[in-house]
Amino acid sequence: MKNIILNINKAFDHRIRLGIMSVLMVNEYAEFTTLKELLGATDGNLASHTKALEKVEFIRIEKQFIGRKPNTRYYATEHGKQEFKKHIDALEKLIKNK
Amino acid sequence: MSSEDYLKDISEIKNLMNKSSRFISLSGLSGILAGIYALIGAAYAYWLVNNNSNGYLILNGKIFQMVIFDLLLVGFFSIATAIFLTTRKAKKNEEKIWDATTRRLLLNFLIPLVSGAIYIIIILGHQKYGQTGALMLLFYGLALINASKYTVGDIKYLGYTEVVLGLIAAMLPGYVFWFWVIGFGVMHIVYGTVMYFKHDRK
Repeated sequence: MKNIILNINKAFDHRIRLGIMSVLMVNEYAEFTTLKELLGATDGNLASHTKALEKVEFIRIEKQFIGRKPNTRYYATEHGKQEFKKHIDALEKLIKNK
Repeated sequence: MSSEDYLKDISEIKNLMNKSSRFISLSGLSGILAGIYALIGAAYAYWLVNNNSNGYLILNGKIFQMVIFDLLLVGFFSIATAIFLTTRKAKKNEEKIWDATTRRLLLNFLIPLVSGAIYIIIILGHQKYGQTGALMLLFYGLALINASKYTVGDIKYLGYTEVVLGLIAAMLPGYVFWFWVIGFGVMHIVYGTVMYFKHDRK
């Protein structure tokens, strides 16, 4: 049981962060607006959660301009994907153990 | 957190993964209608050829042009119906009709399909008509398989079915017409019905 708890990652311990990683696991990248719509988050809320995930290097951010509009794309890093998989496995084990 | 919360997390993860990568509002009903159009079109072509040219299709003649026109008409009505019904369903699901998932779906569908269509036009230009029906089935099947990653699962099996029918049709050139009827008519109705009951009626 202790091992399972160890794999529950604090960095994912929030609905929005879990959501960001879920989307980035199955898509090459996602734009800020897409994430916002999918997760139903506000600008500030999403920005702070992406920053937190970037800080631990689970996601990487690319900023560019399309015409004059700034466009932000988020990618999951290899490290982030591995950690997320571990986290989900741990969740599933916890449910089964009950 | 309790295990119920974890369960909720997992289902939310699954939901987001699907929603962000797959277009789920494909209408089964439009598949059924496309199949019916194909059957009507095929019946008309069959009647045209058998009643006007003693069973032989004289190429570049008037009958051939009418068969091509018939085919284009079936294609046009199928696409128009699919766009109309799918848009309506997407609206009901509160899904956006034109976003990253639909763009990806369409692009991956069109690449094999357009390559195939150009190839068929080229070999028609070389007076090789025999394999047209088989090639249509084959490329349509490949287009479906390629697009299936970005939409509901049943499309993949329709794709496999079309490819197999296309290959068998290529071996039995005399029966291409009937394989075309099964592939584009019957199979659309079968898979459309399955999708209708699985996804539409919720």
